[in-house]
Amino acid sequence: MSKVIVVTSGKGGVGKTTSSAAIATGLALRGKKTVVIDFDVGLRNLDLIMGVERRVVFDFINVINDGIRLNQALIKDKRVENLYILPTSQTRDKEALNKEGVEKVVEELRKEFDYVICDSPAGIEKGAHMALYFADEAIVVTNPEVSSVRDSDRILGILNSRSRRAERGEAPVRQHLLLTRYDTERVAKGEMLKLEDVLEILAIPVLGVIPQDDTVLQCSNIGVPVILDDRSMAGQAYKDAVGRLLGETIELRFVSPPRRGFMHWLLRRSA
Amino acid sequence: MRFFDFFRRARQDIPSADTAKQRLQVILAYERGSTKGSGPDCLPLVQKEIIQVIRKYFEIDESKVTVDFERGDGISMLEVNIELPNLAGGAGRPAA
Repeated sequence: MSKVIVVTSGKGGVGKTTSSAAIATGLALRGKKTVVIDFDVGLRNLDLIMGVERRVVFDFINVINDGIRLNQALIKDKRVENLYILPTSQTRDKEALNKEGVEKVVEELRKEFDYVICDSPAGIEKGAHMALYFADEAIVVTNPEVSSVRDSDRILGILNSRSRRAERGEAPVRQHLLLTRYDTERVAKGEMLKLEDVLEILAIPVLGVIPQDDTVLQCSNIGVPVILDDRSMAGQAYKDAVGRLLGETIELRFVSPPRRGFMHWLLRRSA
Repeated sequence: MRFFDFFRRARQDIPSADTAKQRLQVILAYERGSTKGSGPDCLPLVQKEIIQVIRKYFEIDESKVTVDFERGDGISMLEVNIELPNLAGGAGRPAA
């Protein structure tokens, strides 16, 4: 039974595309046939983060509107088996999307893939709505920061009222919190909302906590999903998140400041 | 200078994360409770209808009517201010 999972947030710039790329790659590494779709029509970025920007010929919009076949637009990832990317148009905008067209593509992808990951744009307008409409599950990406939490709350409201499942009265979209850019030292100082605070406010189960990590930028620079970087803490955290998505019980890492040795303490004090 | 920092840190202000949490809890409790026709979305209509009612009995200047809405921790307040025309002479005298 295939699953359609939307990666959404409301707020922009919190890590949806980074997370979509990492999670889709992670699922494929676990042997699941996975496709990740870019819904940010006009401002495409998934292709860049996945490192396939030079291989985009046909896109999602061509399939919906211009009679291009799905397999002409799908890009097979060269590094990871079972992983495919459906890029979107850079020249059109969200008005090019329509429900019937998106539904047709999603249903066709459901037949071929175990997991269909929808990388949503920011906002609550057409693009974001199309991305979440057909979802079975939702990963709500949130930064521990007031605007992001507020916008995530709004998106949760929309998932509960304006998704296809909600409109048809079916079992509700399963929701997961992915807390990104978590800085354990700032949390310890009381400067940053902690995981427990965000959980108390949004009241959905936590899929993962991704630490603030310089490797995220480095990986996007070279076009490699961060989960493929073995040194990366964020990559490790994404691996854990994928495990939990597959039903495994994995203890949360990267939620407390790391224990530093005496030398580190000494060096920090002498500034 | 480090000496003075020590004292300042000892009088710790409320951690900003706690303030963030409180603010979020207040604003989200309110925003989630808002259904169609309630909350500040309907304030222009409230103002319009109040003016209509008052107009039945008094000549008022529309620009002298203000409607304000403030949401707080446990209670929200709707404040309506209407400047009535000078009523000196004639109005409100009970019938003999």
